[in-house]
Amino acid sequence: MRALILALLLAFSAMPVLAQTAAEIVAANAAQIEKPSRQTIGPVIEQLAASGDPQAATILEAWGDKRLGLRKADGVFFLIEKTGDGWALTALDGTAAGTAAKADVTELKPNAGVRGLIATALVQFTLSDPDRAKREAALGSIAKDPKAEALAPLAASIGAEDDPVLKAQKERLLGLLAIRFGADTATRVAAIEGFGRDLGLDLRAALNPLVATTRIAFANDLPEGANLARELRAGRELTEEEAYDLLVAGGLAPARLTVADARKALVANLKDGAVGGVALAALDSQAERDRAYNALEAAGTVPPAATDAEVTEAVARHRFAETYAEPDPAVTAAAEAALAKIGTKVGAMQGADLLLDALSLASIYFLAAIGLAITFGVMRVINMAHGEFIMMGAYTGYVVQQWITNYTLSIIVALPLAFAVTFAAGVAMERLVIRHLYKRPLETLLATFGISIAMQQLAKNIFGTQARPLTAPGWLDGALVFNDVVSISYIRIAIFVMAMLFLTFFLWLMKRTRLGLEVRAVTQNPSMAASMGIDPDRINMLTFGIGSGIAGIAGVAIGLFAKVTSELGSDYIVQSFMTVVVGGVGNIWGTLAGAVLIGTLQKGIEWFNPSNTLAAQTYMILFIILFIQFRPRGIIALKGRAAGD
Amino acid sequence: MSRSFLAKNPSVLTFLLVLAIFTLTVTILSDAYGLAFVSTSFIKTLGKTLCLCLVALAMDLIWGYAGILSLGHMAFFALGGYGLGMWLMYARTEEIVVAALAQDVIPATAEEIRQGIATQIFGVVGASEFPAIWVFAHSFWLQIALVVLVPGGLAAVFGWLAFRSRVTGVYLSILTQAMTLALALYLFQNDSGLRGNNGLSGLQNLPGLDGVSQDRLSVWFLWGSALALGLGYVLLAWVVSGKFGSVIRAIRDDEQRVRFLGYSVEGYKLFVFTLTAVIAAIAGALYYPQAGIINPAELAPIASIYLAVWVAIGGRGRLYGAVIGAAFVSIVSSWFTGGRVPDVPLGFYTISWVDWWSVVLGLCFVLVTLFAPKGIGGLFDLVAGVRTPDRKGAALGPDDGALMEREAQE
Amino acid sequence: MNGFKGVMLAGALGLASAGMAQAADDTIKIGVLHSLSGTMAISETTLKDTVLMMIDEQNKKGGLLGKQLEAVVVDPASDWPLFAEKARELLTVDKVAVMFGCWTSVSRKSVLPVVEELNGLLFYPVQYEGEESSKNVFYTGAAPNQQAIPAVDYYLNELGVQKFALLGTDYVYPRTTNNILESYLISKGIPKEDIFVNYTPFGHSDWSKIVSDVVALGADGKKVGVISTINGDANVGFYKELAAAGVTADKLPVVAFSVGEEELAGLDTSNLVGHLAAWNYFQSADTPENAAFIKEWHAFIGNDKRTTNDPMEATYIGFKMWVQAVEKAGTTDVDAVRDAMYGQEVPNLTGGVAKMLPNHHLTKPVLIGEIQADGQFDIISQTEPVAGDAWTDFLPESAVLESDWPGLGCGMYNKETKTCVQLKSNY
Repeated sequence: MRALILALLLAFSAMPVLAQTAAEIVAANAAQIEKPSRQTIGPVIEQLAASGDPQAATILEAWGDKRLGLRKADGVFFLIEKTGDGWALTALDGTAAGTAAKADVTELKPNAGVRGLIATALVQFTLSDPDRAKREAALGSIAKDPKAEALAPLAASIGAEDDPVLKAQKERLLGLLAIRFGADTATRVAAIEGFGRDLGLDLRAALNPLVATTRIAFANDLPEGANLARELRAGRELTEEEAYDLLVAGGLAPARLTVADARKALVANLKDGAVGGVALAALDSQAERDRAYNALEAAGTVPPAATDAEVTEAVARHRFAETYAEPDPAVTAAAEAALAKIGTKVGAMQGADLLLDALSLASIYFLAAIGLAITFGVMRVINMAHGEFIMMGAYTGYVVQQWITNYTLSIIVALPLAFAVTFAAGVAMERLVIRHLYKRPLETLLATFGISIAMQQLAKNIFGTQARPLTAPGWLDGALVFNDVVSISYIRIAIFVMAMLFLTFFLWLMKRTRLGLEVRAVTQNPSMAASMGIDPDRINMLTFGIGSGIAGIAGVAIGLFAKVTSELGSDYIVQSFMTVVVGGVGNIWGTLAGAVLIGTLQKGIEWFNPSNTLAAQTYMILFIILFIQFRPRGIIALKGRAAGD
Repeated sequence: MSRSFLAKNPSVLTFLLVLAIFTLTVTILSDAYGLAFVSTSFIKTLGKTLCLCLVALAMDLIWGYAGILSLGHMAFFALGGYGLGMWLMYARTEEIVVAALAQDVIPATAEEIRQGIATQIFGVVGASEFPAIWVFAHSFWLQIALVVLVPGGLAAVFGWLAFRSRVTGVYLSILTQAMTLALALYLFQNDSGLRGNNGLSGLQNLPGLDGVSQDRLSVWFLWGSALALGLGYVLLAWVVSGKFGSVIRAIRDDEQRVRFLGYSVEGYKLFVFTLTAVIAAIAGALYYPQAGIINPAELAPIASIYLAVWVAIGGRGRLYGAVIGAAFVSIVSSWFTGGRVPDVPLGFYTISWVDWWSVVLGLCFVLVTLFAPKGIGGLFDLVAGVRTPDRKGAALGPDDGALMEREAQE
Repeated sequence: MNGFKGVMLAGALGLASAGMAQAADDTIKIGVLHSLSGTMAISETTLKDTVLMMIDEQNKKGGLLGKQLEAVVVDPASDWPLFAEKARELLTVDKVAVMFGCWTSVSRKSVLPVVEELNGLLFYPVQYEGEESSKNVFYTGAAPNQQAIPAVDYYLNELGVQKFALLGTDYVYPRTTNNILESYLISKGIPKEDIFVNYTPFGHSDWSKIVSDVVALGADGKKVGVISTINGDANVGFYKELAAAGVTADKLPVVAFSVGEEELAGLDTSNLVGHLAAWNYFQSADTPENAAFIKEWHAFIGNDKRTTNDPMEATYIGFKMWVQAVEKAGTTDVDAVRDAMYGQEVPNLTGGVAKMLPNHHLTKPVLIGEIQADGQFDIISQTEPVAGDAWTDFLPESAVLESDWPGLGCGMYNKETKTCVQLKSNY
């Protein structure tokens, strides 16, 4: 109801200037509308929005959604809609206009900037639209591009808003707009204080521009109307060089002489094989060149360059300050105070976010390494093909998704299937190769490496070298958002949960089952175990199979969060071995500790140097190498008999 | 070199003879010095293969004789290449920059020349300052010293740390692999000052030798590589033939026992590790001017594993085995991956060797480890009639050294 | 032992002579130097097939100069030194008239000394970082001013981006491109603090921290845009993390220079709609030439699902241009063909004409596309053809350099001192 009144009101108020219908405006600006640029299209959009023609909103909306078309034959615009093999056309005045073949119409594709302008213009129509989605879009558009003009319609629309979520959003948005565009100081300060210690990125985005500063240099008094943030003293807050650069930028002092300029001056004044009394051949050192330049300067042929003494003197004669762009001191003070309050909280939250990231990385490493904790940790078999089992699991997931298109179902099928496939592969490998090499560990390393390169190439031959998609089900999309700083994607949470599940499974298997008992017996003393009626061959085979199978499941998880390629496994193999070795071989808690250590370390280093992720990896490995030198048995070392030799 | 040395190592003379004949034949068939029957690119391949043989020799000493499976020797190889490559790049660029600045009106200052070289070399990766590690690059002799000292020093420090804490067996292998990976990742960074992923390129153009064609240079390098291989072979044969050789073999077979006998196991290991690192570095310094470009991909962990593969296929614990393995596998590999081997049509599927060679190689490797632990070198034992003690039958128990079925019956 | 060496030598000689296949006089040999195995195989195999398709087509038209064309395909296996070795083999053993090849910059830098030494001819079909001009190489891909700079202009002018995150894989193309962009942005008045740069390793998969860092850039109220030079597989994880973090193109647009139709095939693009890519070609370009090209490609490869991409168009243009130049020169002699190359024109698949410039670069239109749910791009901006610039105008050391082979006979000519810095290219 209210919407109708508003629309009527708008239409009414625009009535006197209703010179053109929307269709006419479009036709008049056809060239611009066909190839719009954000910088020039503004007036046209405004004109449309203000035309008062009820069709205008429809046209703008269609244009923004890429549903406006141009008939090639006569250059007339239509609202278009895809039909089977062509377009259904609607004239701009809303009447149906038949159909057109696909090739006869050019679709207009305004870029995102223009679409943003259109959305902003549409805000006045949609803020109170009965369609909730449209109201939400309108709010999004205001948030993206806050304008003073939006303040009034937004305030007007709050009263009629019946959706509590949107109402809260509108109020928040109103507050944010008030910070920037509020009518007077009191309103703005009140708006700033109204947010308290809110963490929102949008709030900081509103506050930070208020406290943005520029550095200026001045001779005597602060320029009129400047809102001083702080005074800077040369030599303390800023270096003499910076200070002089400010002077040069402000036109208060001559620029310094650069080496290149000096050289140019010398070249220009070259006469009879000498400059300023210095022979040309002698000019191959900076000292001689300076001498030549000074001679020219003395003769007055070149302008004098600022010497160091002059620079110092000029800097001393001036004062320097940082000033706010925002002229109102009360607002900047309130904003500074608010930001300071938020600052510590943001810092703490960033720490928390980093910790979450580290934990998530640790769980990925743990997941990749847990199979190895069985085959290497318990059985002491160096399986370089472990990474390829991970890859095999990921490809199993991919193949399953080709058959079962329901992502949830396909993951449910893929997990056990990946286990089965890699279990079988592991058992086959143990029977055919590893069994014969139990007494030659170094050769196991090489033989399994051979298998690894063969399997990698095989995967390339079968699936190609391109990354294959393994798509997570819809309910794993998105992230768990605590606030604007701390968030973690659901898929990472799922990996974390899975890692914990496997930890529990491993503990249960080793400590609570007959198989676990037998495994431990066989690894500690095979002959004694054999004489107790345990078949070491069978146990080794099963253990290896389970270790490989777990790697396969890990592969599905890793494929979901990253990518499926034939090199997936080799990306993780070295890290996995390190995780197990650092943690301490033969102890699952050690592997966990190793994963946490490596994950935290890597994120920590990344935090120190955010622009170079590669460096983080490098230093992480270096640390591990050093760590192993000083604690060769890892974080949690086995003691006594279990430690073996 | 007494007569007894050659008498103890009959393979040395044969090896040197074969190497000499090989070098001579290639020279005669080369474009530059003979019948123009072997192309320059193939001579380069042969020269590079000789360098690989040299590093395989080093690998054989450390793994076949001392029992330390190092997965880091290709890193030392690449470091050697980087060491020489820095000088090659600097000197070549210096010629260009000096020539360019000489066209100027004003003679260039030393600083301008240095700045010009830096811009030329690092402009590609968006920098224009010389990193600190290039401080010796202007001097050939200093840089040559670094070729030996940097990998040697790294090996000594790393080895000292690792052997001191008694890191042995597979742990050491993994640790050396980690070292290689760390080094590769470090060099991949542009900030490392060695042009990151691009590495050092154009190394085949030797400074001051513009007038010499690559046809001739390639033969010179072949000679140099052959000489280095020959010297390396003699040196290592000498090292393994004396008492020292016995000790390191003993370490391989039972480290504890040697330690209890009073030998400084760590000292021996460290010496072998460092020596082989230096040999690998020299091989690398000869290899990369022939390859033309060195970049961090060269020291990926997989390269070192391939090195172990060559030695294993050639036959561990005998020097000529390593040479054969490296030569055989690398040449056959490059042949199969060159795209010139005809495909095998099976009717329903065509086997293209480019795609399947890695699979075959990987499986070969498993088979060699399982069934022919002596590698190709074992063939010479067959010819010479050398028999290894043959313990027939399956083991009766799962422990080490259990009696075999047939032994138990006898 | 003797016996073994003998066998090896025989094998070696066999190899060498097998390489020297008798150069038949009735064919013109064309070298194809693209990796068919290793990490780059996925991208480069497509280009090998494109060259084969073009050769096939030319032969059907009756060949060239009355001779049939014959492809010599070698596999440098994504191994950079091997590129130099194979290039030498192609030029000296097979005596090819021209080579089409390379993808990565480092492979090109590896080949450069060889083609310059042996005076070969190489067509390089991939967008690259510029700062290079070789007498023996024709660059048919985009130089930075034909891809990166227009994309940044689009950000500045059309999207009003005020703060930039330059994310790249740590290798030469992103490094140099970002360097150029940084100084370009500074020249456009963007302060240095508002440019965030990050480099990640090849195949990086753990993107959560970087994505949240980029999102946090918005805290000072400036509109943030991401310029991605992330290469290959790493993109999969990057875009997945973007989608998970709820980063929409509206809030935080990402423009990619290395993501094309081929890369999107490995992704579910429904969450990425609206993110951008800048190229000189998109498969969705609506021209008759493009439709014919796609049709021919599908027929040649026997798979209607295969996408086409920008380097394929560059290969197509390069090949056509070489054919025209050979016809004009009447010979395949490298020097004659090079002289005939300048000014050659071939219609772009996206409309307009590609013309070979004296600096061995092309004129190309710059297209900006938005990712659509079906993995194709919606072209939202297309410029007039832009002339490729070998030396960027936005780095002080390069701004004074000029490349003009027919006019000045120099690829690295210093306009200030009026001297030729070097005749060979810098590698």
